[in-house]
Amino acid sequence: MTDTTRPRAADTADPAATNGGGADAPLLELRGVGKSFGNIKALTGVDLKVGAGEVTCILGDNGAGKSTLIKILAGLHAPTAGTYRVDGREVAFGSPRDALDHGIATVYQDLAMVPLMPVWRNFFLGSEIRTGWGPLSRLDVAAMRRIADEELKKMGIDLPDIDAPVANLSGGQKQVVAIARAVYFGARVLILDEPTAALGVKQSGVVLKYISAAREAGLGVVFITHNPHHAFMVGDHFVILRLGETELDSPRAELTLEDLTHHMAGGAELDALEHELARGEGPDGRPAVPHPAPGDGGP
Amino acid sequence: MAVFAVFFAMAPTFRQGDSFATVLYAASVVGIMAVGVALLMIGGEFDLSAGVAVVTAALTAGMTGYYLNLNVWAAAGIALLAALAIGFANGAILVRTKLPSFLVTLSMFLMLQGLNIAVTKLVTGSVSGPNISDMDGYASARAVFASFVPVPVLGSVRITVIWWLVFVALATWVLMRTRVGNWIFAVGGNVESARAVGVPVTRVKIGLFMTVGFFAWFSGMHLLMASGRQQSGEGVGMELLYIMAAVVGGCLLTGGFGSVIGAAIGAFIYGMTTMGIVYAGWDNNWVMFFVGAMLLLAVVVNAWVRRQASKR
Repeated sequence: MTDTTRPRAADTADPAATNGGGADAPLLELRGVGKSFGNIKALTGVDLKVGAGEVTCILGDNGAGKSTLIKILAGLHAPTAGTYRVDGREVAFGSPRDALDHGIATVYQDLAMVPLMPVWRNFFLGSEIRTGWGPLSRLDVAAMRRIADEELKKMGIDLPDIDAPVANLSGGQKQVVAIARAVYFGARVLILDEPTAALGVKQSGVVLKYISAAREAGLGVVFITHNPHHAFMVGDHFVILRLGETELDSPRAELTLEDLTHHMAGGAELDALEHELARGEGPDGRPAVPHPAPGDGGP
Repeated sequence: MAVFAVFFAMAPTFRQGDSFATVLYAASVVGIMAVGVALLMIGGEFDLSAGVAVVTAALTAGMTGYYLNLNVWAAAGIALLAALAIGFANGAILVRTKLPSFLVTLSMFLMLQGLNIAVTKLVTGSVSGPNISDMDGYASARAVFASFVPVPVLGSVRITVIWWLVFVALATWVLMRTRVGNWIFAVGGNVESARAVGVPVTRVKIGLFMTVGFFAWFSGMHLLMASGRQQSGEGVGMELLYIMAAVVGGCLLTGGFGSVIGAAIGAFIYGMTTMGIVYAGWDNNWVMFFVGAMLLLAVVVNAWVRRQASKR
């Protein structure tokens, strides 16, 4: 019934949010969000704000809680603590579909593509354009192929064959197809899960270019990565997660790439280690300055 | 094509129109089920209970009709509900437990196999269902499910051949040109991706199992109406022939790829092989050997073609 055929359909819901930073409420906001699985705390007290035309980078090592955070943002998990607001209104998503309907689109590491299906079928998967009605309602193949081709050309990708299975595209091309799809379907906030993780230098460059293009187009971007160099190239705001908690939450102006790399590499803990190694205190087995790690090693 | 040529050369009777009609009939019996099974396989699952579910449907219609003294059509309606319920149970258990479909449908296969014989024996006292050929509605039901239709050149053809072609056309249209078809490819190709973009994975999977249930019902009605009574021990092993037809036709065992037309070609090759051996005057016991060899050849060729295609 509700075919989202028109791009940016969700924008009409809140026109104020589209014109740059002028809106008073951020597009997306988390306050004190936590998530536990049984008695394991995956995430505690995370705050996050994403405005229009802004790239917020979330950095963290493996197991820092990045994927849990993405799943909460995308509507796959409900948080067990804190609030999730979109346009200043509290939301509780029951499924990724709900999040999409609010204009929050997630591009996963595996890109949510079906390798053996043609590019255009992947582009419209889950939001197919149909013609006809009742039992005769069918896919509008011509329109979908044309639109997919146009949208990809806009992104600077000219595929020789829109019928080729996605498996035949390069890693960077797949990422851009996934981003183009999210933008076409009215995303206001793009959540990108490690988009450069599996890519070479040149392919990463292509993806970073599109992240910055998305920001110019007034979208909010949440860029999840463990590469501080990539993050610093496009980010406006940086959040570092560590063991499920916020280790750093800082705008670009208060930060240098060195700071970011330093925090990313372990911050205070690394300082202590460095200190210890410099003085040669290793062999006596005395532990380094114990870092405060709540949630680590429960009762 | 090669199979056709071999038997065309070997068996003079194979060249006659009416024997071709018999080949088509043999193909249609497997082919109608292969339509549902192929859709299910493209959706990433398979159903080992499909063969005995056909017999379950036929027995249900036969026994409810006879003992409740119902019109044959009403009994067929009850059987339809039973067949859809079996499909729903398969799908719902699969989705709920996240067990592989091999295990879920193997269990269903064994249970139905037992139920078919045990319940029939309990109700009728013998291993065959009651004869319903003198009951109300039998004539019209037979006309729909099991009559012969005159066709130019071929002479008279079983109506299942017509139904088979209709189902293949319909299923192909659904698969290639509707949203549901897109979803079937997606849940078979990458279920997590499908879920992430909002495809109702649970409904698609259960719906596919129920589609197989529908075709099992249809096939069951054909068996019942063709003779008026149904033996309870039949159907075992047929499920593998349906899967065979789908695989020969290019369906991937892992899902996400294949076509209904391919499955129809697979069923047609099966029909030619079985009937060709009969017409060539060979020992009937060789049939399964040739079917097996054909399957092996088909999967090897398919794999080779796919490798060549991905090299380009």
